[in-house]
Amino acid sequence: MGAYPEELRYTREHEWAKVEGPRARIGITQYAQDQLGDVVFVELPKAGAKVSQMQSFGVVESVKAVSDLFAPLSGEVVEVNQSLTERPEQVNQDPYGAGWMIMIAMANPKELDALMSAAQYEEYLKSAGGH
Amino acid sequence: MRHGDTMRYIGTTPAQRAEMLRTIGVADVEALLERIPSKARLGRDLAVSPALAETELVSHLGALAARNAHADGHVCFMGGGAYDHYVPSVTNHLLLRSEFFTAYTPYQPEASQGTLRTIYEYQTMICELTGMDVTNASVYDGGSALAEAALMAHGVTEREQIVVSGALSPLARRVVAAYCAGPRLPIKVVPWRDGVTDLDALAKTVSAKTAGVLVQYPNFFGALEDLDGAAAIAHKHGALLVVAVDPIALGLLRPPGEAGADIVVGEGQGLGNHLAYGGPYLGLFSCRKELIRRMPGRLVGATVDREGRRGFVLTLQTREQHIRREKATSNICTNVALVALGATIYLSLMGKEGLRKVASLSTAKAHYAAQVLSRVPGVAPRFGAPFFKEFVLKLPKSPDRVLRALRKQKILGGVALGAYDRELRDCVLVAVTERRTRAEIDAYAEALAAVVA
Amino acid sequence: MHGYDKLIFELSVPGRVGYSLPEPDVPDTDPGRLLPAAHLRARPAQLPEVSEFDVVRHYTRLSRMNYGVDTHFYPLGSCTMKYNPKVNEDMARVPGFARLHPLTPDEAAQGALALMGELADMLAEIVGMDAASLQPAAGAQGELTGVLMIRAYHVDREGHPRKKVLVPDSAHGTNPASNTIAGYQTIQLKSDAAGEVDLLDLERQLDEDVAAFMITVPNTLGLFESKILEITEMCHAKGAQVYMDGANLNALLGITRPGDLGFDVVHMNLHKTFTTPHGGGGPGAGPVGIKAHLTPFLPTPVVARDGERYRLDWKRPKSIGKLQSFWGNFGMLVRAYTYIRTMGPEGLRAVAEHAILNANYIKARLLPDYDLPFAGPSMHEVVFSARRQKRNGVVATDIAKRLLDLGFYAPSIYFPLIVEEALMIEPTETESKETLDQFCDAMIQIAREAETAPETLRAAPVTTPVNRLDQTQAARQPNLRWTQGASPTASGPPAAGAPRETARR
Repeated sequence: MGAYPEELRYTREHEWAKVEGPRARIGITQYAQDQLGDVVFVELPKAGAKVSQMQSFGVVESVKAVSDLFAPLSGEVVEVNQSLTERPEQVNQDPYGAGWMIMIAMANPKELDALMSAAQYEEYLKSAGGH
Repeated sequence: MRHGDTMRYIGTTPAQRAEMLRTIGVADVEALLERIPSKARLGRDLAVSPALAETELVSHLGALAARNAHADGHVCFMGGGAYDHYVPSVTNHLLLRSEFFTAYTPYQPEASQGTLRTIYEYQTMICELTGMDVTNASVYDGGSALAEAALMAHGVTEREQIVVSGALSPLARRVVAAYCAGPRLPIKVVPWRDGVTDLDALAKTVSAKTAGVLVQYPNFFGALEDLDGAAAIAHKHGALLVVAVDPIALGLLRPPGEAGADIVVGEGQGLGNHLAYGGPYLGLFSCRKELIRRMPGRLVGATVDREGRRGFVLTLQTREQHIRREKATSNICTNVALVALGATIYLSLMGKEGLRKVASLSTAKAHYAAQVLSRVPGVAPRFGAPFFKEFVLKLPKSPDRVLRALRKQKILGGVALGAYDRELRDCVLVAVTERRTRAEIDAYAEALAAVVA
Repeated sequence: MHGYDKLIFELSVPGRVGYSLPEPDVPDTDPGRLLPAAHLRARPAQLPEVSEFDVVRHYTRLSRMNYGVDTHFYPLGSCTMKYNPKVNEDMARVPGFARLHPLTPDEAAQGALALMGELADMLAEIVGMDAASLQPAAGAQGELTGVLMIRAYHVDREGHPRKKVLVPDSAHGTNPASNTIAGYQTIQLKSDAAGEVDLLDLERQLDEDVAAFMITVPNTLGLFESKILEITEMCHAKGAQVYMDGANLNALLGITRPGDLGFDVVHMNLHKTFTTPHGGGGPGAGPVGIKAHLTPFLPTPVVARDGERYRLDWKRPKSIGKLQSFWGNFGMLVRAYTYIRTMGPEGLRAVAEHAILNANYIKARLLPDYDLPFAGPSMHEVVFSARRQKRNGVVATDIAKRLLDLGFYAPSIYFPLIVEEALMIEPTETESKETLDQFCDAMIQIAREAETAPETLRAAPVTTPVNRLDQTQAARQPNLRWTQGASPTASGPPAAGAPRETARR
């Protein structure tokens, strides 16, 4: 089986999106958390903020590095994973589950076409993708 | 190459040099310089004076030093951001432990626990003095600390206007202006009234455009500002309150954290470090814990090692330039660790009771001096505001001439204010620390009376 | 100093004092009567209550937990950890310097002003510039000063500052950070296969929006930028200024000068090249040398000379203003002045030659055992990669920690960013051949251990007062001050699950 959940869509910057009706849950991939090392802090927007596809919506920090978080899809933030404030390690331990970051109401579901499938993402990582 | 005492710092002998060149596989050092364009090669000796032997050097520097009217040969009543507080004898001996002064920045924590622990202690002590949650390991000086605070207020609020009290040190204000030029942050100066910030004018100036309100406590004139009033105005509009402090004063005065300051900065020179003609000094920088990720400068934190033993490390480094680069909270790298260590040692020696006593003695002697000097005919206090250890006197004659005459009698009477404020060109700023004796103060009054008569 | 684990607060005993203050000799001493109650503290600051001897023993013990240059070889790249002469310390402490108030009128501070004036002249000569400002407090502030002057120059000439500053991808982090404060966007240029600035990339990026190109020479790989004359010409042709980060000046003293290479501005690190001590993280000083066309923009005040008299010149209408409240880190200026007067022209030249000799000696001895990513002739520092060792699961961090056990401070690691597992070694000229040999022997031993006993390296250091520290916990649960009643170990439980080694950056 592939290493990356089939039901998710992926960006070149290693974020994932999971469609849940009119909404999408967003986080970072196993590869991203492994590259970062132990996550110490996640800076996320507040509910109500607008995000745009492939624009930065926040920052994830480890001990030695900082990475911008890029929105896979455009929309309005409806929920933020507050538990990451106290327990940022969830991003490392369960990046697709408890380590989710924001939930947005999708502005334009057609934007999903621009994202990669699990198979495409794996292929991407094998070729030039890792940075 | 000449050998002589200039080579006493370079131990390599000609024989060793030859051996090393053989290992490298070149005939001479010149062969290693081939990449340098020949037309850029200097081709002559540097035109600096020939080397001096240590005996000559010490004489030469002694002669230069002798041409300065320093506070050992004169009685010092000068302030304006640098003060003649006593530096305990212990300080110098500990700062000269070469494991402290020849160490590098503590990036390898296992080999730097000495430095890291002293910084953690320093951070703690400054938090205690200022009433704030977190303090960094120091920035360069009070002026640049204030400037960094203005940039931080801009970064936190995403607003542009910086409102500055006209009773804040004019020198520090210039540093703020220099740092705000790049991001083009407009600065609005609020006038003073009777020696303190005019709060009515402040209320009319601060708006939803204001990132930060900057006041000094005690202010440049030595007077006590209404920090609660300033905080209310700033916070009403969602701006941050930045307070620049004199840490000695905080031995006695209410910490700005209690009045609602968001950022507290200050000049720590008075904490066991010498006047040194203006530097190196000590930039204090503290803030509320919510703002910690926007704070400039190094932070030392406690943690544990693999065996569970307590240890200390530089932490939250992703804010800093070596990781965050152009998005760093500041460009600062080297700060003033050894000066901060001097302050830590000072505060340890003074302790809970001692710092309070330094502050009490300073304010008591300053109040006595203000009384006694004001009794000189023609001399009067310029302001009515309560003050801590500095005050402004109006003189009946040119302050520059008065101070020159006093200097001839080995008294450094104060700082003439005309260069900073036309309205105060007949005034002098007088500072009194715990070092000034009653006899010195009385002698000052007597000399002043003669000079202005 | 093993086993000692106290903070000064933990030595505190109520009622103990370490101060000595005179009795009040003026009539009114009660602060409650002198100052309005609203301004007084309700409770004293919780500072320690310890005796003088407690303080002395505590800080002496802490000092013994440090490695300093006086105790250990410190091969940190681009830091120039050379010997700090003790006469410099004595001179800085002479009362005529140490006890001089900064606002002393010029006529009564002639000795200090003469020292500053002479130092500025000597530094300008050393770097081939027309003038120097001694005001910046450290290298980073020197960079900011230089870039602000360039900004003022463009505004003066063209009415606007331009938009971008170019830096090589090997640049030190302070370079882009300083540009940001000065209001510029930083554009990174690629390094070519030889580790030097890629001229094609420079040509592509150079346009009329570029205010300056900021470059370190020799660069952070220890290589002299051989095409520097072309680079400075290309930049000037587009009206851009060229800034030299002088961190690596130790390699150039008496050999070549930034001014002669076409630079308009250069900052110097007195705490690197000119022996002022590092102090555990400062104070330093970062004077800036400039060509004459930038003189109007110098920070205020400028030390000016009229014949034999010196003064502070405040009439500088085009100045960028002030970077510090006063005139600069005068105490460090005294030390640097003392050093330059000690060395003279021949001594300074010997510094550069021996710095280069020592770095190349280390390079020759370590070449068989470590990968050298860029093979050009090194100047005063050499950058190896621990790529080979990484195949055995040993990374640059492990090598650094093992060196601590073998009696050395580590070289710089993971910088410059363009080298994988970088080990950046700068010995400086003040190290003897014996020390260099001991260091090389240790590095070779480590290379062997990486093959035969890599777990020894991963376990290091074991002889220091603490071993590897949990950086993750420190960042996740920041504990940045001591609190009364806190237990001696860090607050909070260790993070759930063993924190992983952040071997990669």
